[in-house]
Amino acid sequence: MAVISYREALRAAMREELKRDENVVIMGEEVAQFNGAYKVTEGLLKEFGPKRIVDTPISEAGFIGLGIGASMLGIRPVMELMFWSFSYVAFDQVVNNAGNIRYMSGGLINCPIVIRGPANGGTNVGATHSHTPEAILASHPGIKVVCPATPYDAKGLMKAAIRDNDPVYVMENTILYNDKAEVPDEDYIVPIGVADIKREGTDLTIVAHGRAVITSLKAAEILEKEHGVSVEVVDLRSIRPLDEETILASVRKTHRALLVEENKPFCGVDAQIAYLIQSRAFDELDAPIGRVSSIDAPQIYSKKLEDLQLPYPARVVEAALKVLA
Amino acid sequence: MAKNAVITHPESLKRPAGPSEYAKDPVNASLSKADKIALYTKMARVRHFEQRCIRTYQQGKIGGFLHLYVGQEAVAAGTISLLGKFDHIITGYRDHAHGLLVGMSMKECMAELTGKVTGCSKGKGGSMHYFAPDKNYWGGHGIVGGQAPLGTGLAYAVKYRGQKGSCLTYMGDGAINQGAVHEAYNLAALWDLPIIFVIENNGYSMGTSQERSTAHPGCLAKRAEGYNMAWDVVNGHDVYEVRAKTAIALKRAHEESKPTILEIFTYRYFGHSMSDPDKTYRDKEEVKGYRETKDPVFLFEKALLDEGVLTKELVESINAAAMEEADAAAVFADESPEPTLADITKHIYWEEDNRGPKTTSSGTIIFE
Ligand SMILES: Cc1ncc(C[n+]2csc(CCOP(=O)(O)OP(=O)(O)O)c2C)c(N)n1
Ligand SMILES: [Mg+2]
Repeated sequence: MAVISYREALRAAMREELKRDENVVIMGEEVAQFNGAYKVTEGLLKEFGPKRIVDTPISEAGFIGLGIGASMLGIRPVMELMFWSFSYVAFDQVVNNAGNIRYMSGGLINCPIVIRGPANGGTNVGATHSHTPEAILASHPGIKVVCPATPYDAKGLMKAAIRDNDPVYVMENTILYNDKAEVPDEDYIVPIGVADIKREGTDLTIVAHGRAVITSLKAAEILEKEHGVSVEVVDLRSIRPLDEETILASVRKTHRALLVEENKPFCGVDAQIAYLIQSRAFDELDAPIGRVSSIDAPQIYSKKLEDLQLPYPARVVEAALKVLA
Repeated sequence: MAKNAVITHPESLKRPAGPSEYAKDPVNASLSKADKIALYTKMARVRHFEQRCIRTYQQGKIGGFLHLYVGQEAVAAGTISLLGKFDHIITGYRDHAHGLLVGMSMKECMAELTGKVTGCSKGKGGSMHYFAPDKNYWGGHGIVGGQAPLGTGLAYAVKYRGQKGSCLTYMGDGAINQGAVHEAYNLAALWDLPIIFVIENNGYSMGTSQERSTAHPGCLAKRAEGYNMAWDVVNGHDVYEVRAKTAIALKRAHEESKPTILEIFTYRYFGHSMSDPDKTYRDKEEVKGYRETKDPVFLFEKALLDEGVLTKELVESINAAAMEEADAAAVFADESPEPTLADITKHIYWEEDNRGPKTTSSGTIIFE
């Protein structure tokens, strides 16, 4: 076990998989010579050479589509998007081609591609660079979406994604890249579709993913210290597939649920989860389900206001107290 | 509207159709009698299959869109006739001919059109989404130009594996205005990928003539120069010429790992799809002219009769057999079962269809 950053954990996952399978290639803008826009792929070119670590032009529809085509023939491309926001210029490839081809071919073709990169607000870069498309993409059958919140999960989910035979979209978070934690040196995966209880509690269930998990854990601290409330934090880790049973088991234990995410409110991931809870655990609920999302506006540039636009611990505490009232 | 440069047609298209100057090209001269008959038979099969499709459509058995290739047969037939083990193809939605020519059966093709479980895509793809990866055929794509990056990726994979192969990536004259196509051109040239972009230029994108859709310097293939890529224009009514010029591009792909854009001039006889009444954007006379003087199947038939390869009797029996095969395919499609309700949620994820000790994910992936 070593203490490494979320960034290093992602890199370790890619390095191990590059070594394990010669079909794995890393591709994207600035991933090779420049060592990665966010240094996630730093050193990989030196270690694996230009056949495996490939710089692309600024051409998301072109190179993501190329990766999808190559994956149809058994290459296992791990494509970096500098920001998931840029997937929007490649949306046809990401959804129509990667997401549909297995289905439309009646199962004759599969598409073992990984597309990864940061999908988060909170970095003071304005609306075009701050999208969080996990709900949009997870609404397409054929696509898998994971959102690691910790270094351990980042490595394990990335390795699982690379070995997966379906398209897996890994949504990272630039604000988490420097977070450090203990990560095993040995080979392990975090199976896709398994949620993780990041904190056990008895009075309230918070369901979150990505950085909202970290925010929720901070809020849970405050709720315990200042309000004597025991909060359970369920980290989804994977959006599609979704670990419904872990969510339901937690709600059946605490009887109250608060959903926290960095998406905008309309049709976020929480909409799906709220539906799940009311349909399968309605009688277990002692209060209406609460939620905290980003304030419903394009991402604001102003740093001070952006920090208020995203969920932050005090806002989560306030919403939790309402559900607990 | 700005005036374009005059269209640069291939030399052979500037003259009335006559004996092909490409008949003696090595790639054609090396064909045996049997090879030539087989090529003609394939073209006739494509023609009769699609003509049978019209009837099935008119009987109300084919839903959605049905884009026919009638008039364009020499393009797919000529190009595909040259392909080997490591050569792949991918195309748009006008995809029946390519399917039959790589060896898909009329039965699976017809059953797909009628949405039956015996169809090549088990009734999940339809007319625009044929696939046969076992025959290096990667579809069948409904989004105009969307297949161009995929074809580039197939070529990339061939090169990555060190195989002497290529990917023929077909698209229409309208598709070349899509951004994804330009991105694919750039990547193919930048990375020296063994790909041939085949522009099937039938003069129209739906009801929009080339003149109304495209700024060009004389032809569409010439855009290759902007990417430092090789290109050529081809008379798509002459299967010998298609083969001769494709062979050069294929050699470039196999031996130099370099891309080419081939613009193949052709013409479609029917509307854009069966739902196009074909009344607003071109003259009946224009269609008639092509049918009477440039029909690729008829021209090849005539060439082979003149060469003494075919006889009138043989022509009749080949065509009769193709019609019979198409009829049998229609009967097969009629008699085939529909997919079941349970089939709707199959073939979405590889992992769900292949559950076993090696699959690791869990959780709900198909929602209620
Ligand atoms: C992105 C997209 N836009 C529009 C359409 C509708 N559409 C389908 S085919 C077509 C015309 C394309 O013409 P061309 O590329 O010349 O090919 P052809 O049909 O002549 O073979 C159009 C507009 C589509 N399928 N996809
Ligand atoms: Mg056209």
